[in-house]
Amino acid sequence: MVQLPTWAALGPTLLLGLTAVVLLLVDSIDPDTTNNELLAGIAGLGSLAAAATSVWFIVGGTGLPASNGGVITLFGDQLVVDQMALLFSFLIASVLSLVVIASYDYMSEHSYQAEYYTLVLLAATGMTLLGSANSLAVAFVSLELASLPSYALVGILKTNKGSVEASLKYFLVGALSSGVFAYGISLVYGATGSMQFDAVAGALSSEAPAGILGMGILMVIGGVAFKTASSPFHFWAPEAYEGAPAPISAFLSSASKAAGFVLAFRVFVSAFPMDLVGAAIDWVLVFQVLAIVTMFVGNFAAATQENVKRMLAYSSIGHAGYVLIGLAALTGDANSYVLGSGMAHLLVYGFMNTGAFLFIAMVEYWDVGRTFEDYNGLATEAPLACAAMTIFLFSLAGLPIGGGFFSKFYLLSATVRTGTWLLAGSLIINSALSLFYYSRVVKAMWIEDPASGLEIESYPIGLYTAVITAAIVTVLLVPGFDVVSSTAETAASLL
Amino acid sequence: MVAVAALLAVTLLGAIATFLIDDKYAAKFATAVSAIPLVGSVWMYYVYLTEYQGVGNALLSPETVAFRQSIDWIELGGYTLQYSVGLDGVSMPLLALTGILTTLALVSSWTPIDERQSQFYGLMLLMEVSLIGVFSALDFFLWFVFWEGVLIPMYLLIGIWGGPRRKYAAIKFFVYTNVASLVMFVGFFALVFSLGPALDSLGLPAIAQALRGGAVLMPVAGITAGQLKVLAFIAMFFGLAVKVPVFPLHTWLPDAHVEAPTPVSVMLAGVLLKMGTYALLRFNFTMLSDVATGEVTAILPFSMPVAIAVIGVFSVIYGAMLALAQRDLKRIVAYSSISSMGYVILGLVAFTPHGMGGATFQMISHGLISGLMFMAVGVIYNETHTRMVGDMSGLADRMPWTVGIFVSAAFGYMGLPLMSGFAAEVFIFLGSFGATETLGTLAPVLTSIAMFGIVLVAGYLLWAMQRTLFGEYELETDYELDGAAFHDVAPLAVLLLLVIALGVAPDLSYGMIQEAVNPLLNGGGV
Repeated sequence: MVQLPTWAALGPTLLLGLTAVVLLLVDSIDPDTTNNELLAGIAGLGSLAAAATSVWFIVGGTGLPASNGGVITLFGDQLVVDQMALLFSFLIASVLSLVVIASYDYMSEHSYQAEYYTLVLLAATGMTLLGSANSLAVAFVSLELASLPSYALVGILKTNKGSVEASLKYFLVGALSSGVFAYGISLVYGATGSMQFDAVAGALSSEAPAGILGMGILMVIGGVAFKTASSPFHFWAPEAYEGAPAPISAFLSSASKAAGFVLAFRVFVSAFPMDLVGAAIDWVLVFQVLAIVTMFVGNFAAATQENVKRMLAYSSIGHAGYVLIGLAALTGDANSYVLGSGMAHLLVYGFMNTGAFLFIAMVEYWDVGRTFEDYNGLATEAPLACAAMTIFLFSLAGLPIGGGFFSKFYLLSATVRTGTWLLAGSLIINSALSLFYYSRVVKAMWIEDPASGLEIESYPIGLYTAVITAAIVTVLLVPGFDVVSSTAETAASLL
Repeated sequence: MVAVAALLAVTLLGAIATFLIDDKYAAKFATAVSAIPLVGSVWMYYVYLTEYQGVGNALLSPETVAFRQSIDWIELGGYTLQYSVGLDGVSMPLLALTGILTTLALVSSWTPIDERQSQFYGLMLLMEVSLIGVFSALDFFLWFVFWEGVLIPMYLLIGIWGGPRRKYAAIKFFVYTNVASLVMFVGFFALVFSLGPALDSLGLPAIAQALRGGAVLMPVAGITAGQLKVLAFIAMFFGLAVKVPVFPLHTWLPDAHVEAPTPVSVMLAGVLLKMGTYALLRFNFTMLSDVATGEVTAILPFSMPVAIAVIGVFSVIYGAMLALAQRDLKRIVAYSSISSMGYVILGLVAFTPHGMGGATFQMISHGLISGLMFMAVGVIYNETHTRMVGDMSGLADRMPWTVGIFVSAAFGYMGLPLMSGFAAEVFIFLGSFGATETLGTLAPVLTSIAMFGIVLVAGYLLWAMQRTLFGEYELETDYELDGAAFHDVAPLAVLLLLVIALGVAPDLSYGMIQEAVNPLLNGGGV
């Protein structure tokens, strides 16, 4: 086999960026006409190629110590490609593929198609880059590369008030938290004199000013909390997810959240190891508080919603709380197991949550309405899509009909291993609560009688493909969970 | 052996195909599909009877279990999860019961189910897949996937095709059983986690052997090993007792039964309730037999077996009294199920060969008889469009076959000798009367009270039959009675023959049941 050059390890990221450029080029050839098929086709091919490349690299052992020279570092240690980076490239590119396929129908009536696909791909490029970022500076730049297109995407329905309002709110909170994040980075730099993660960890010693370092780390946590929509920086999420076009909500709540978490995993494990910064700040404790608060806020708010999309938005905050267990249970024992559990849940969540939001996209496409009542009797018109949605919802709740059951059990066993009983209790209570509001949707779709005049005229092929694919993956993750858990644990052990 | 895997795969594929085909053909197609697990499970039963000797208990001697197959599935947290299935004398009859009742229930759906048929039949088959899995799985996670997999189709079956209050009944069923599953799950994992790293598999045999072999439980958060066992026992008992159901956790059952369409009631009473007692037998009474027999008392101020027996006996009497007070035929049968399942609890907790064997035998027997009763009520309802005792009388003239079978089934319920109900109850009473080791001096007292339940059964069934089936013909609804269709009556006849067969020759399954439960009783050990 031909030996690939080292930089090729960034293949998934490069492919995504390249596709964005190609899209711009294609559009500039004839800017006045929009060829929906061509644009969606290019975007879809690019994202599928990125996902396939990630799988190829993971299977081929790129970034494993045993083969190909171990973890690959690039540009003077500014970027790193290991199993975790590849795993998240795969997740982001897969979610992107589903979103692009669904957008083919959803966006077909809208203007700015080329811009839409370009922005989505650019945002995805930033997200995969976040997974590889090995220095605070690169992390900040990638975070902005992921965030700026997202603001525009949320507001791309320019004539829709909700969309524009959501975009503005998202942008304002985002700008604020970017500022907080940048200030945190500067404080960390001030305390350690380094940006690169390992160098930061190396410079941590008893001489590093604990106060400045502690403040800096706390602010970095703020930046992460924003990106992952965790309390207390979650306020933008319900509005943004509700106002944005539903495929974008799917993209933000799955891929963007994953990107925020992958950054958090890397920063806190490699730059701020607890045994070195414990004197400055106990960030494990901070994450424990955040995790519990986020779980309860997300799930209790979701339980009171009347609008399905908003309910899902809050539930995705709740799931951020579950994933935070991956950081909050890092009390010293079984670290790679704990981190692995967070990653595995993100991966499973990526598919089931994307699927659920894409189902909402389909309902919006049908113009059925947004509340639980509007969903009444939907299964009489579209049983296949509703069956898929049922799988997503029950899997999100943690019933063993989808991979969500195992990933939640993985998280639970991580809390048990580390003796963090409060986290375990919150996880159980919130999972039980979540079944209540998820099953309301199921009840509406299947059991309630349809409103008179409920009729669905078309069955959009792209949306159906995306939703059914996500459902099949969610179900197959039950028998196939071993692949996810073992990859995630390997990835975590290499950090 | 791939027999179980084949059953699961074929039924699952059949279910998916049923979802996809047209409503017109769904009924016949699904029935044809269900014939495969029917024939398969009956064939396995035959093979078991003729070829397998000394199988023992699936959890205590997993090497000898019948139709065993085991494949590594997932590595998670130091545990190896396996696709691991196998059958012993307890699960084999239940599996056959599932196969038989599903097909008959599908046939009995032809008349009453007339809308969204492909979804109905698809869900019924999907439920059968999960039921087959529940009774054959020997790994906790595999078992739990199937266990929950039963609830979702059931929820939709009641919610979509049920009667006027179907939404309430479906939600109530769903909430009760899911909360119960969660409590059971937490109790079970408290136990598993406290077994520590010595346990490297979540196979039910491994856990049962560790616990019965005297493995040391790690104290957690100041809770000692003994207390933990008792707490886990209570949590699991609570979770599983909702399924059975026993007083006071039974209130979902009458609602679910009354609202559910006939074939769904048949499955609910015939097989789903047995999931609860089956799991009690596997978990509480096998893994934690030292708590169940009162050996480990820890924090309890009372004797655990006596408490459970009292709950069981109370369910017997209370369920029967409630049945006495009903006018709705379906409600009568529903409450009588609570009563009958109380016998199972009493038999289990007696912890004697006949008690446990009788309890298992009663699961089979009650599955057949209650399925038969629900079906008969369903046939009468299909014709008369009422189930109220006061609304009809003298049906015997107009639908002789249905009424004949109904009366026979009712006598089976009352415990007429040479029918399976008699055998089951005799075994249970024999077992619990002499259960002085677990129930002490209360054993004869509790047994005598439970026996009184039979009198009550005779009371409400005779009363209901006399009012509805005999006397002058009268019907309050505007329907003509012209006898039920052949395909409605045929399943009733098949079930009645099975009830009689088991009554005449209980050894058809009692032998294998004894083989499976006796190892449990020899004072622990592996």
